[in-house]
Amino acid sequence: MNLLIIGIAAALVNNVVLSQFLGLCPFLGVSKKINTAAGMGGAVIGVITVASAICSLIYDFILTPFELTYLNTIVFIVVIASLVQFVEMFLKKCMPPLYEALGVYLPLITTNCAVLGVALTNVQNSYNFIEAVVCGLGTAIGFMIAIVILAGIRERIEDNDVPESFKGMPIVLLTAGLMSIAFFGFSGIL
Amino acid sequence: MNKCVERLYNGIIKENPTLILTLGMCPTLAVTTSAINGIGMGLSSTVVLVMSNLLISLLRKVIPDGVRMPAFIVIVASFVTMVQFLMQGYLPDLYESLGIYIPLIVVNCIILGRAESYASKNSAILSIFDGLGMGLGFTAALTVLGFLRELIGGGTILSTGASSLVDLTEFGYTPASIFILAPGAFFVLGILIAVMNKVKKAHGMKPAEVPDYIGDEEEKEK
Repeated sequence: MNLLIIGIAAALVNNVVLSQFLGLCPFLGVSKKINTAAGMGGAVIGVITVASAICSLIYDFILTPFELTYLNTIVFIVVIASLVQFVEMFLKKCMPPLYEALGVYLPLITTNCAVLGVALTNVQNSYNFIEAVVCGLGTAIGFMIAIVILAGIRERIEDNDVPESFKGMPIVLLTAGLMSIAFFGFSGIL
Repeated sequence: MNKCVERLYNGIIKENPTLILTLGMCPTLAVTTSAINGIGMGLSSTVVLVMSNLLISLLRKVIPDGVRMPAFIVIVASFVTMVQFLMQGYLPDLYESLGIYIPLIVVNCIILGRAESYASKNSAILSIFDGLGMGLGFTAALTVLGFLRELIGGGTILSTGASSLVDLTEFGYTPASIFILAPGAFFVLGILIAVMNKVKKAHGMKPAEVPDYIGDEEEKEK
């Protein structure tokens, strides 16, 4: 039950993009088409889940025993960067079709602050290994939901008559603001 | 010397990282619930930006091309950890209110972006001024955003939690607290960029860029 609450809270109530503002760069940059948005979402789900698992293990079994917890930012970012590189190589070698589908998104994920953000949140809330994985998975699913919805709306906006000054970035930000209000509705379910 | 001034102008006005290039959106939207938070975040990012630009520029001939990204990230992460400790020690209140967004300066795309596109190719002095310009431009945008959100959403000017310079609620103003919450950040930034677009159009400049990572790569392949 506790795990379910962590998962739902991470996915909907504290949506990573719309209420914590993490991972905004891909959210705004890869949301022009639903297909690419869904691809990015898929890649993020994989990387965040694995990254929060590995970071949690490293924190519990290496950093804490040796009293190096103050190095967590440096260690986590190096782990995430090498993990992304490793996943890319693994997919290229073993699953070429999946690599074809997700390859372009992987390098962008290193600088996705949601990945580092989840790893640091897990440490701050002192989640154990399983809780950390569930929190990572929930966060990533929340990211996917938000980016796919935004891409859907942006495809519609293309056909609309937007005031000159609001074209491009401003209208996307206003859309995200309205989505953010909608996601407030979830705060009642916990 | 002229070139240094040109770098400052470039960072603050011409290529303002937040309002023109729309980089580093996460801290921009997350911490600007008050002007003080905006200034704190902006200045700590500026310190990291200047120091990492300086070090990367000095090491630019030593770092092999193939591993430059990991090397840059480690340099940036070290400076961020130092800033984090300094803030924890000397500005504990600000440290509390910025929270997780201080370690997340590491993944601020402005810093890696400047390291990659400027500091790794230019001399140390110019890189310092480039970092300073970009950092101050970022700080200015964050301060304006924080000021507006605080004014509309909280009815205060330069509030530090306990006390504030001006408190409009005393004069019967009802704060629209949605502007302090998440949606308000999107609205205020959206409208701010729209206003900038209008002003720039009147001066015949290009409007703010919309980042489109995947689209760009597809075009390059063609």
